[in-house]
Amino acid sequence: MKGMKSKFWAAGIAGLLIASVGLVSNTVAAASKTTINFFTFTAVPDHMKDLQAMVAAFEKKNPTIHVNIQSASYADYWTKLKTRVAGNQTPDAFELNYENFVTYAAAGTLLDLSKESKKDKSFKKSIYYGKAYDVFNLRGKQYGVPASFSTVVLYYNKDLFKAAGVEAPKANWDWSDEASASAALKAKLPAGTYADFQPTQFWEFYKVLGQAGGSFLSADKKTALFNKQPGINALNWLVGKTVAGYTPTKAQMGTLADDAMFKAGKIAMYHSGIWLFDSFKDAPFGWDIAVEPGGVSPGNHFFANAVVASAKSKYPNASWKWAQFMTSDPAAIKIRLGANWEIPAISNKATLSSYLSKTPPANRAAVFEALKNPVTPPVIRQQNEMQDVVNAWLEKALNGSISVTEALNSAAKDVNAILAKE
Amino acid sequence: MSLKSGQSRTAAVFIAPSLIPLVLFLILPMLAAGVLSFTTWDLLSPPTWVGFENFKALLHDANFRNALQNTLIFIAGYLPLVYILGLSAALALDRKFKGSMALRAAFFLPVITSWVIVALLWKWILNPNGGVVNSALHLFGIQGPGWWTSKSWAMISVIVPSAWKDLGWVMLILLAGLQAIPPEYKEAAAIDGASKRQILLHITLPLLTPASFFVLVISLINNFQVFDQIWIMTSGGPEGSTSVIVEQIVKNSFAYGKMGYASAMSMSLFAIIMAVTVIQIRLQKKWVNYA
Repeated sequence: MKGMKSKFWAAGIAGLLIASVGLVSNTVAAASKTTINFFTFTAVPDHMKDLQAMVAAFEKKNPTIHVNIQSASYADYWTKLKTRVAGNQTPDAFELNYENFVTYAAAGTLLDLSKESKKDKSFKKSIYYGKAYDVFNLRGKQYGVPASFSTVVLYYNKDLFKAAGVEAPKANWDWSDEASASAALKAKLPAGTYADFQPTQFWEFYKVLGQAGGSFLSADKKTALFNKQPGINALNWLVGKTVAGYTPTKAQMGTLADDAMFKAGKIAMYHSGIWLFDSFKDAPFGWDIAVEPGGVSPGNHFFANAVVASAKSKYPNASWKWAQFMTSDPAAIKIRLGANWEIPAISNKATLSSYLSKTPPANRAAVFEALKNPVTPPVIRQQNEMQDVVNAWLEKALNGSISVTEALNSAAKDVNAILAKE
Repeated sequence: MSLKSGQSRTAAVFIAPSLIPLVLFLILPMLAAGVLSFTTWDLLSPPTWVGFENFKALLHDANFRNALQNTLIFIAGYLPLVYILGLSAALALDRKFKGSMALRAAFFLPVITSWVIVALLWKWILNPNGGVVNSALHLFGIQGPGWWTSKSWAMISVIVPSAWKDLGWVMLILLAGLQAIPPEYKEAAAIDGASKRQILLHITLPLLTPASFFVLVISLINNFQVFDQIWIMTSGGPEGSTSVIVEQIVKNSFAYGKMGYASAMSMSLFAIIMAVTVIQIRLQKKWVNYA
């Protein structure tokens, strides 16, 4: 009995020793490892596993840094991010699109990455696609490194074109070609199927304005210029599509979303983003893409997402390393391309060959063709307010409540009032 | 009546679980919003004191005026509708018959259903393109309106689901009121030869006024804050025809980063609700019968 007791005590002490050694070693490991929080919206919902794979590759290369992934859907991301900044809980590194970039950079929320990149002798900014890198520079400070970019193209339903006997869109098309095709398609398509879909809203308007040879804001961003003649032409072009019955009205669409209508074979030509490639891959009809037709000049959307770091991060160097890795390291690029997770914003086109070789669409080269004439969104600090104001007036013009000129003049007046407070 | 020290402690223990969250999540944020309404704050940089500037700007804000007007239109459409429907249901179910309990539960079911589900359901029912209502109208050769996509019909498209969802709650309160009316009054009136209509108009409805007053006060407080159904069904559109005050508060605070301005809107809404409630309490002496 006595022997059993002593054995019991010995086992207990040994157990305690093992546990405490484990605890100490864990504590030492935890103390020597830096944990940074990374907040993402582009990985949600389809690419969380790909992001985890990137983090695993990064941690293998940087064993002293742990990246803690935090995520939110695009719809919730901006509210969550703002409340986190307000609550002094800004993630060390996070994603921003170009449209929201100025709001955060101007408020002093972001870390000037130039300081970290200068310490990093292996870093060359030429690794990035120049335009995508430069848009994240504000007043000479580089606040972000571009992770990905995208554009909008003209999707078309090959079967509907063939059935209507209309020639498929070509890269050299302009507005008049698109209008002719729309008229020919409308005459042949059954009721409830539409020739074209291009909505009258801010995002299409500023691009079409670029195609019409106009500018949205003055170079100093102090005056709205979109109510001049090119703006009137641009808005007439957009509104005219609905008036002519080429683009469905909201009542005709009802609860159906535009991408669902295209996928259901109810739209022949569809102006939308390249991020929809994957969702159309199983469409029960043949489809392809073309560069969007231009007006007096070609013009295509240029959207970019960047990884930025918090100005208040305790770990600026670790945040920089992660930002750089996620956006440009060959391992991360391979994962991104393999997963069809937008296009990495890198300059080496040979690396992008795997993206180009995938189908559908067969004409993926149109994506890079479109990026030759980029129209960047007009971006100011009160971005969301400006967008809502413009959208409200465009909607009135679309519904015929007021004239196109009246709508643009009223919108310009409201935008100028916002710009005056910038 | 004063409490002994032991009783005070017991009272504190019982009150604390509800008082602490009330202070933390309601009273303190309300006070904070009051202070913030005198600042500009974009959530990203520190707030700046601007005095009464936000309130002055509100007076000239066409969007706020439109939202206030739409909120009043919503209430004017919703309140009579939900009251008449709720009262009809309460009168019909104020007796025991086979299935009366099941019917009461059925009327109450939408009350406990999430607005997200109800709003999506009604968006589908009122879908201009192939929705239930327009398909039914089509059978009679009638071209249905654009409902929530039309600026003339959008407010009605929001009012009807709101009344449908809340009528079970109104029915429940009025049913409780009806059952509290002593049956002797109705019996005496019937013996005196009063018709059913006369009993309803001169006995039942006057004695139901305390319950009706409760429904009115709570409905007004709730409906000045109407938001969920608007946000899901129309987002304030088309052309601002369903834009309401809380929708403007949400847009200004989180989308535009104008937290101070949005707080000024919240404080103004608070003042409006407070004023309307005080007026109702004052006026109740003239029409509410507590006999």
